[in-house]
Amino acid sequence: MKTLNDLRQPGQRGEILDVTGDDAVAVRLMEMGLTEGAEIELVGFAPLGDPIEFLIRGYRLSLRKAEAARVTIDVL
Amino acid sequence: MTSAPSPTAGPITVAVIGNPNTGKSTLFTALTGIHSRIGNYPGVTVEKKIGKFQFNDREIRLVDLPGTYSLSPRSLDEMVSVEVLLGRQAEVGKIDVVVCIADASNLERNLYLTSQILDLGLPTVLVLNMWDVAVSRGVTIEAEALSKKLGIGVVPCEAHRHRQIDDVKRAILSAAGQSVIAPPRVFPPEFYEEGLRLQSILKGWGDPDVPFYVAERMLLDVGGQVETSFTARFPAQLPDELNCARERLKANGFRVPSAEAKARYAWVRETLTGVLTTPAERPATRSDRLDQWLTHRTWGLLAFAFIMFAVFQSISTFASPLMSYCEMGQQAVGEFVGSWMAPGPFRSLIVDGVIAGVGGILIFLPQICFLFLFIALLEDCGYMARAAFLMDKLMTKVGLSGKSFVPLMSSFACAIPGIMATRTIENRRDRMVTILVAPLMSCSARFPVYTLMIVAFIPNITWLGGWISLHGILFFGMTFLGAAIAIPIAWLFKKTLFRGETPPFVMELPGYKWPSPHIVLNRVYDRARAFVARAGTLIFATSILIWAASYFPADHSRQYKIEDQIDQMRATVQTELSQQVELEATQKALPESDTAERAVLEQKLADLQPRLEPLNKLIEEKNAISEHLLETSYLGRVGKTIEPVVKPLGWDWRIGVGVLASFPAREVIVSTLGTIYSLGGDVDESHTGLHHALQNSKWQDGRPVYTIPVALSIMVFFALCAQCVSTLMVIRRETNSWKWSLFTFAYMTALAYIGALATFQIGTWITTA
Repeated sequence: MKTLNDLRQPGQRGEILDVTGDDAVAVRLMEMGLTEGAEIELVGFAPLGDPIEFLIRGYRLSLRKAEAARVTIDVL
Repeated sequence: MTSAPSPTAGPITVAVIGNPNTGKSTLFTALTGIHSRIGNYPGVTVEKKIGKFQFNDREIRLVDLPGTYSLSPRSLDEMVSVEVLLGRQAEVGKIDVVVCIADASNLERNLYLTSQILDLGLPTVLVLNMWDVAVSRGVTIEAEALSKKLGIGVVPCEAHRHRQIDDVKRAILSAAGQSVIAPPRVFPPEFYEEGLRLQSILKGWGDPDVPFYVAERMLLDVGGQVETSFTARFPAQLPDELNCARERLKANGFRVPSAEAKARYAWVRETLTGVLTTPAERPATRSDRLDQWLTHRTWGLLAFAFIMFAVFQSISTFASPLMSYCEMGQQAVGEFVGSWMAPGPFRSLIVDGVIAGVGGILIFLPQICFLFLFIALLEDCGYMARAAFLMDKLMTKVGLSGKSFVPLMSSFACAIPGIMATRTIENRRDRMVTILVAPLMSCSARFPVYTLMIVAFIPNITWLGGWISLHGILFFGMTFLGAAIAIPIAWLFKKTLFRGETPPFVMELPGYKWPSPHIVLNRVYDRARAFVARAGTLIFATSILIWAASYFPADHSRQYKIEDQIDQMRATVQTELSQQVELEATQKALPESDTAERAVLEQKLADLQPRLEPLNKLIEEKNAISEHLLETSYLGRVGKTIEPVVKPLGWDWRIGVGVLASFPAREVIVSTLGTIYSLGGDVDESHTGLHHALQNSKWQDGRPVYTIPVALSIMVFFALCAQCVSTLMVIRRETNSWKWSLFTFAYMTALAYIGALATFQIGTWITTA
């Protein structure tokens, strides 16, 4: 099962399958647009590799690796 | 859809809501001008902002709600927006129209909130702001088509350019004429059935007034605020009821809570089909290109450090000359006023108390303004979010997140808005830790102390032709000392008092924009006004008290006689005095190397001395008396008593008293020292500035009081101590208890004492070893 962390090169894209869990963090991720079928693109990493910047639904979102690991995707 | 509003109708109440970074404040200001009232909703920390404007003979009341990504309340604070919208906030009343402001350049995510707003069934207007950004990205939106699909008014707008503002006003009026709208059916019918069922059950339990929206939230937000507050009222029955309802929905394929996001985004997709077109390849905007550098692993960090250093160096560079001008102004005012009065308590009160005291603080206004200007610029252009992104990893090392970074950055200007900004931190524990270390960030009120000490005692060595100075470096260093100490303290708090996991970091990086001069200048003006108001009230009152305590109970009659004599004698040696001032000024301007000219000037000065001798003797006598009177005053006695406590820090009784007096507001130290040295006669007529008085201050045995270690220890004390009643009050308000204010006061004072002690002892050991 691939997650957002499996996107390594800036410019790589994926299609979101699901967000694991039902807690506040999961809800937040979904509210921000990480739902099934949405396309997401890796933009870059912060110094030391964390957090990570993505492009989704037309805006830039930054997530930590820990949160990114919760989002399962299909790599495009 | 529309109907003409009745000409004799009353005011229309409009709530404004939207995602963060959509230009909501800009729109609010564009609609209302700057006439808005700010207050607080009772019992919570949410700010209540209400403005007014007139349009077509109607009065419109605008209520600004906090920016949010979703209307699913997870805390009491978030619940406030829902309550306001449902018309349940007594002071606001019924909402006639909701203005939902969206960022046209990323409409999908913005429409999530809109779909929740539509569920409320209130007349709504959708404002597509930042229309120009959307156009520059190649995004096209058919506003008319969208309006038809949603059944509400849709207005494109560029609030920052003041375009289409009247269109927004017209849309509001036309929406006001409507009756309630039918909410779109985003969820499957089973969900609405459960909602109605819940409503009637609650009615059966004695609560007939539950709006459908509240019932919706109760079902959808597992563990949310609505569920919590209703469970508190029906603890036995509600949990079971909700569980069963959710199980039934799950069986039907509607799994709470993830079902909401899926359903709403599906609705958004469907609504935008045929309405929104985006280019296949997203064009690289200027914003993207900037970000390539500014969020880069290496360059981003370097840029950040450079920006921070540049800000503080320029404050330091611009401050000195402006400060000198202000000081000269203060001296002139003091002399002018003094020359109109005979020596006596009243003249002393005005010159030594008020002018020396309050004036001493107003000198720093230019510095304060610069600092607030820089921070406002950084915030408004969108850079702060990048800073949070870059700093997040470091913040996690102490157990916080990048979200804590922005409030801490704001605290560099003033801890009060910084602490209020912690409301964006959802996790209570992390919010608490951020609040407790925010006062350690060197706020602008500390700058007068740093500047005074640095200008007086640190040699001004410069490099790179004046671009970098030792003063600037030290200023920068002292400012960040607090931040450096805050790191281990925050770590300690997170390990002991506020144990918990590192919070998640889910943050939008808004596009860069040109800072709006209107917003930035407004912010600077607000803060400057608060600063001057504080000077005019708290510091004024404290200065008077300090003056009184240092004036009485001594008998000043002999001092007045001498002052009279001095005044008379000055008149006779006017010409010599002005010559002396001129010569000294020329001497100052002369380079060190011009020994020939220097010798000539010194000779001329020496020639003047015999004529000035009697005057100088009188002044000396007056100073000696003044000093003695000061030591026997109430203030002096208190100072002498606490001297043993502060001596290990290298301070004499005057500094001790100054520090004590500055606990209500740290800037007071400058006024207090101003008063003490003025009354003690040390700020005499021929030397301007408190810093000269400090340089000449001596212990009984003739040693100078202020050595570099002493100056450093004073700065360290001020860097780490909580000397601000206003901050402690804000902490109390944000945490709803006195406990944490007292705790902050205690831990910071202890930290400051130890820090100052260590600095002085180690510093003296180094310089004398």
